[in-house]
Amino acid sequence: MTEATCVRRIAARPSIVFDALTTAEGMASWWNPEDGPVLAAASDPKVGGRFRVRFRKLDGSEHECSGEFLEIEQPRRVVMSFEWTSGGVPEEQQRVSRVELLLRLIDTGTELTVIHAGLYDESSAANHGSGWEGALDKLARRLAASDRLRSG
Amino acid sequence: MVNDSTARLDRLFSALGDPTRRAIVARLARDNGLSVSELAAPFEIKLPAVMKHLDILEDVGLIRRAKEGRTVTVELSPRPLRTAVDWIQRCERVWELRLDRLARFAEKKERDSQERNE
Repeated sequence: MTEATCVRRIAARPSIVFDALTTAEGMASWWNPEDGPVLAAASDPKVGGRFRVRFRKLDGSEHECSGEFLEIEQPRRVVMSFEWTSGGVPEEQQRVSRVELLLRLIDTGTELTVIHAGLYDESSAANHGSGWEGALDKLARRLAASDRLRSG
Repeated sequence: MVNDSTARLDRLFSALGDPTRRAIVARLARDNGLSVSELAAPFEIKLPAVMKHLDILEDVGLIRRAKEGRTVTVELSPRPLRTAVDWIQRCERVWELRLDRLARFAEKKERDSQERNE
């Protein structure tokens, strides 16, 4: 389904970036995109293991994310699925995100690629990659890319 | 996180959760402005069933039907894609902020580990 992609070069070796991505200590450092506090973080980084991060946003609202590690190839690749909850209630009914993290060794450290797919339910999260990548998705990505070009 | 566009995006995903409707959209993406009977031709289902799929696609704004004389033509409409595009952009903004934090954390770990080894 709809996919967002980001690439970043990080001046640290892949094993360190891998741990930063998957351990509770690492996740607590980056999961909240804002400066608000992380209230709880737990992670069991193995295939089938779960993670959970709860944080407070600057507007005071608390959000929790919980998910599962679907695939792990240390230190090159991690695939996880997760859902958002707010006060224990799913924020988006039946909405599951699937994130694939790819780490590549480069001269200066690690090149990290994030591919975040917004999916409709658990079964599409499990089937992603083997499933549909339609004209619509490609068109949406092309539009997003041309928007970026326009806004500089 | 929740916002206005979420429900619309869910309806869009749900409309595209059906293989026949995806095939219709894919066909129109290649060959826009087909008549309903041209669209229905490759499918093994009856015309009323095709019409029902077209209703669902029209409800989410993915297609428009126009009548020309006795023929009804079907056109793909890019408007609901806007929602998907907005989602992609919002999602990428969040990840850019997270990657700033992740890079700071991992780079400090890397420096600490090098200092320990010196």
